Amino acid sequence: MSNLKKVLEIGKFAVTAECGPPKGADPESVLKKAKFLKNKVDAVNVTDNQTAIVRMSSLAACSLLKTGGFDPVLQMVVRDRNRIALQSDILGASALGIRNVLCLSGDHQIFGNQPQAMGVFDLDSIQFVQAVKAMRDNGTILGGDALNMPPDIFIGAAANPFADPLEFRAVRLSKKIMAGADFIQTQCIYNLKRFETWINMARDRGLTEKAFILGGVTPLKSPGMAKYMKNKVAGMDVPDGVIKRMDGVPRDKQREEGIRICVETIERLKETPGGKGGHIMAIEWEEVVGEIVERAGLLPRPV
Amino acid sequence: MITAEQKPIDEIREMIVPYKRILALGCGSCVAECAAGGEKETAMLASTLRMAGKMNGEDVDISEKTIDRQCVKEFVIQLDDVIDQYDAILSLGCGAGVQAIADMYPEVPVIPALNTEFIGETKDQGYWVESCIGCGDCMLYFFGGVCPLTRCSKQLLNGPCGGSMDGKCEVNPEVPCAWQLIIDRLTNFGALDRLEMIYPPKDWSKKQGAGPRKIIREDQQGSIS
Ligand code: SF4
Ligand code: SF4
Repeated sequence: MSNLKKVLEIGKFAVTAECGPPKGADPESVLKKAKFLKNKVDAVNVTDNQTAIVRMSSLAACSLLKTGGFDPVLQMVVRDRNRIALQSDILGASALGIRNVLCLSGDHQIFGNQPQAMGVFDLDSIQFVQAVKAMRDNGTILGGDALNMPPDIFIGAAANPFADPLEFRAVRLSKKIMAGADFIQTQCIYNLKRFETWINMARDRGLTEKAFILGGVTPLKSPGMAKYMKNKVAGMDVPDGVIKRMDGVPRDKQREEGIRICVETIERLKETPGGKGGHIMAIEWEEVVGEIVERAGLLPRPV
Repeated sequence: MITAEQKPIDEIREMIVPYKRILALGCGSCVAECAAGGEKETAMLASTLRMAGKMNGEDVDISEKTIDRQCVKEFVIQLDDVIDQYDAILSLGCGAGVQAIADMYPEVPVIPALNTEFIGETKDQGYWVESCIGCGDCMLYFFGGVCPLTRCSKQLLNGPCGGSMDGKCEVNPEVPCAWQLIIDRLTNFGALDRLEMIYPPKDWSKKQGAGPRKIIREDQQGSIS
């Protein structure tokens, strides 16, 4: 059974972290990165060719992590596979003992290193969630054919509280949950006010009772990174106050400041009604995750 | 309409190298509307090719002609009397025009002079934009007259994605987010509730079946006008 699910269902504040697969075939590098996360988090998200850059497949990296004693969250984007491949990979993942999947649209192929690729987008992320749910709960694939063994999967979806239009974000979240999402991981939170507006809207619709919402955080390394995220990364909202804060400390203290912002955000999340966990995306900085979790008072992990 | 753009002149010149007597054939419909393959453009291309031929001392004879529709047999038939005079046809029709001519005259090489682009609308002078991918099952009613299959970069039927910001698509700030447009339009006429439901996966067999799609209407047969 999914460890993440277990933690959430016993009502503990869950912690997940992201681990990007390597740009190569080296299995050791996956485990080396993940080593920093051992006993620090409940589950490890493995990104799926994030920003449309070719990397080791998420499924393979998840399998390596599973063998290494982790509870992987298989991220799957609909950009690269049609409904045949998506459903087949869900069965494969379950067979390999992978118990969590995060269903995503994926960054557009134009952003990556294969801009000439055909974007598939046969299903959208909501239809994908729905398909996985039907596979698990009804034992059927799209079109109704029966499976001889349904997959055992805890279903996740993403939400971006900072994208527009705000009023419609709760509707979309509700569609994802209606489709079958058991848990939601959000885009990185820097604008807490907006996040809280969004989660209040979700609560008003009763959504925080229907799915576990994990707020995303990414520790900043520098003011430059903050500006880059604000200006260059799709769907990211980094308020000027945060950039100022990073700018306001000497260079050698900037990483510490980034960690501090991150820890404060998690502490706020713990207090937010409907906030059921934190998702730490320390991009190429996995070694800091343990410290963040510790300083946020979330150690030891329950299971 | 079907929109198209002329291929680079060097590419066209390379394709016509083997032939001496060539008919540059324009089309008076869509590609005339988008100023790619009408009578005017055909005359211009023919004269450019003649000039280039002359400058390079090539012995090539380029004639020109424009018919109303290259994609309709009844119009293509006009070529019956003259086709023997040419080694090749350089078609300024869309991909359908080129193939309709190739179909009619199995012995004659037909060379495309255009790159066929999309089904689109004329936004302004010299500005065309794609608006339909011909999916075979129109859903514009549900989406307030904005096609997400064509205009959303991820073809979402349950959008918008997390990249929609300030009405723009994550892919390019020049591109309006189709889903913002859909929400705005449905809000305008009080039909936003159409988006509460989950739209099921698209039936793509209506777009890409086995082989080319066909429309057969018995009520129209024998009466093409
Ligand atoms: S829904 Fe289909 S037919 Fe309608 S505009 Fe879009 S692509 Fe064209
Ligand atoms: S930003 Fe809007 S148009 Fe662009 S992919 Fe997302 S939903 Fe589609």
